[in-house]
Amino acid sequence: MTTVSAPEAAKPSRGFRLDLKTAGPLIALILLVILGYSLNPLFLGEGNVTNILTRSAFIGIIAVGATFVITAGGIDLSVGSMAAFIAGVMIIIMNWAVDAMGASLATVLFGIGCSLILGVGAGFINGFLTTKAKIEAFIVTLGTMGIYRSLVTYFADGGTLSLAGDARDIYRPVYYDSFLRIPYPVWVFIFVAIIGWILMNRTAFGRYCMAIGSNEHVARYSAIKVDRVKTWTYILQGLCVSLATIIYVPRLGSASAATGVLWELEAIAAVIIGGTMLKGGFGRVGGTIIGALILTAIGNILNLTEIISNYLNGAVQGVIIVAAVYLQRGSFRAGRKKAAE
Amino acid sequence: MSIAEGTTAPSILSANRISKSFGEIPVLFSVDFDIRPGEVHAIIGENGAGKSTLIKILSGIEQPTSGTIVYDGKTVTLPPNGEAEAMGIVLIHQELNLAEHLTVADSIFLGREIKKWGFLDLNEMRRRSAEILDSLHVRVDPDARISTLSVADKQMVEIAKAISRDARVLIMDEPTAVLSVGETETLFEQIRRLTARGVAVIFISHKLDEIMALAQCVTVLRDGQLIATVGTENLTPDSIAQMMVGRELSNLYPPKHEPDVDAPIVLSVRGLVAPGVKDVSFDLRRGEILGFAGLIGSGRTAVAEAIVGLTNKSAGDVSLNGQPTAFTDVAKSVDAGLAYMTKDRKGRGLLLNVGLQPNLTLLTLKKHLKNGFLDGNSEQQALERATRRFDIRARDASVRVGQLSGGNQQKLMLGKTMETEPDIIIMDEPTRGIDVGTKQQIYHIVAALAAEGKSIIVISSEMQEVIGLAHRVLVMRNGRLAGQLEGAEIVEAEIMRYAAGIKQDGDNDNRISA
Repeated sequence: MTTVSAPEAAKPSRGFRLDLKTAGPLIALILLVILGYSLNPLFLGEGNVTNILTRSAFIGIIAVGATFVITAGGIDLSVGSMAAFIAGVMIIIMNWAVDAMGASLATVLFGIGCSLILGVGAGFINGFLTTKAKIEAFIVTLGTMGIYRSLVTYFADGGTLSLAGDARDIYRPVYYDSFLRIPYPVWVFIFVAIIGWILMNRTAFGRYCMAIGSNEHVARYSAIKVDRVKTWTYILQGLCVSLATIIYVPRLGSASAATGVLWELEAIAAVIIGGTMLKGGFGRVGGTIIGALILTAIGNILNLTEIISNYLNGAVQGVIIVAAVYLQRGSFRAGRKKAAE
Repeated sequence: MSIAEGTTAPSILSANRISKSFGEIPVLFSVDFDIRPGEVHAIIGENGAGKSTLIKILSGIEQPTSGTIVYDGKTVTLPPNGEAEAMGIVLIHQELNLAEHLTVADSIFLGREIKKWGFLDLNEMRRRSAEILDSLHVRVDPDARISTLSVADKQMVEIAKAISRDARVLIMDEPTAVLSVGETETLFEQIRRLTARGVAVIFISHKLDEIMALAQCVTVLRDGQLIATVGTENLTPDSIAQMMVGRELSNLYPPKHEPDVDAPIVLSVRGLVAPGVKDVSFDLRRGEILGFAGLIGSGRTAVAEAIVGLTNKSAGDVSLNGQPTAFTDVAKSVDAGLAYMTKDRKGRGLLLNVGLQPNLTLLTLKKHLKNGFLDGNSEQQALERATRRFDIRARDASVRVGQLSGGNQQKLMLGKTMETEPDIIIMDEPTRGIDVGTKQQIYHIVAALAAEGKSIIVISSEMQEVIGLAHRVLVMRNGRLAGQLEGAEIVEAEIMRYAAGIKQDGDNDNRISA
């Protein structure tokens, strides 16, 4: 070892450890990109990169909301169904509006507005049941997950709800067009990520989420309005789901019982891969973004190569999730530290 | 059944020169103890005197650092983890260890289930349970779930469990702490029945009258030392209290500066009723340090939590500076200049897995907002100020609070509380589990705050602390104020008399009605 004075020696080691912790997911993403490029140079082609970013926007936006819920010690399993439900209702409302007053920008904006209201409302219901009715978040959102999924199936009569052709043409650019060569969904993703990061790291709200997830009693004794903050995390989650839905609907112009299936698990996986602790108390929005990118990149690489069947996408993602959580565990670091001594 | 009587019977269990240290902290010094079959032996002492440690050693849960245990005439090393039960030594914990969702019969045979062909013989276990319960004259259905039973019945189930194990020594940690008078009487009958069968019973109690009624023998511990073991026939409650206390007051405490008699009343509580609190009234003056003494569970914390809005009061009035108030949550009481510092610094006070800065500012984050965003510099400065003012010592600022020593955690929590710039501070067990040096620092901080004109309530189970700090002491018992002591009256024996219920306000004076 090099000889340095004690206080200086302490600094780099701390910096190194912090770096590893925060940069872990980033390093994983970089390795994945290198792997993808070496397997198929097309991976880094502009079209493909845009594709990955756009695809990760849905899960990524939802996962930013999930980061707050999980950090505050909760969980929301209903996001996938909620997305399908909001998409379905939004399409019904827009079709109704098209019938009533014809397709125009106003029709689409009306649909978007309704989507935001639905998202906030659905989030509030989850939050209210968790905090005021004192039902565990897992149960509440398991329940609402079933309700939303079944409602959208009912609305679609078991089939597909399709947006009226005229409105679809007006709405289409929201998914397919770009600004400064970056597609709109990616812009929304960037916007949500920045707002989310600021909210988590630079506001009292973010600090309160961490405090509640870390120890709810301490939060209560520290004059934090625990129920209110927790409810807000679910509302935020609902808002994120509605934003994701708004950019998702113009992609296919339809919603069905199959919309958003397993999104809740992908969102939670993105959060966990990003370094947020599932038991709460420690949240990293930046990590969540990277987690969403990693998940999408895996699927993309499997699509571009022949080594592993694309059907094994879920298996590879599963391995990555388990590995990520294992690497983040304190016991692993402690064990390694001991070994190093 | 032979009943051992008199002093000639040999001891069933004895401890010889038992010492115990946790790490470097000694908690028991060369304590002797012995008990004969059919005897009831009480252990008594202040909080922290070493009672719990002694019974843990006697039941094998802790091993003594030195000294020997003799059981049934043989020197033994008792097996840990409650395995001594198989040998006939059963410890019944204060917070009864029963699985709430099991039935009574399941509980009695837990860990030694009766089996037939490899499957549980439920009928046989039920029958045997009913038999044991009957023999104890306990009317509890063997099929009842534990969660449906009263605390007293749960205790009876624990006793039945002990009987089913052929307990020869039954050790009980404050069995009556949670029982009503009637239930206590039933328990005592049960204990007498057991001793008539030759079972030796060791119990910890703070209630001197109960000890006089039940025990033949009392062992008094103080600061880990054996003070005396005496027969109850030679004792009065007063002499026990005298033995439990009686130490010199050291210069640990700063000199007291009594507040002016005409100092305004800043906090006034009238007829407060809340969970664990029955009709409590008191006043707090500006610059006063008011001590709240009493046994654990006597309702002191409950009073504080009801005042600051952590629990809902069901009746009574609280006024701050003459203004009636009703705090519905902590934020409101903090805004009004009233802060409560919890006794549970690890579970309620501090976030152990984060650093010092977020902990310090958690209660007052709004002060550190700039344009709605957190101002890291402002938080940093607050930490530097608090570190200096309260002498908080941490390796570096990034260290997690859970890794700090108890004393530094306590000082950080004090800093966190003081960040609210309160006029009234309620400190609950401000020096629990911290070293004597830090204690002294905290005492001086408390005295300095009072001298500045802050009003302070100190809730403490350490009588010395209350005596050393407080200008006036209120003693609580069973959710009520049992008495008030002022000036020269504030002595341990007097507090103990009120706390243990030997003396009640109104017995010989009417000070509290003032």
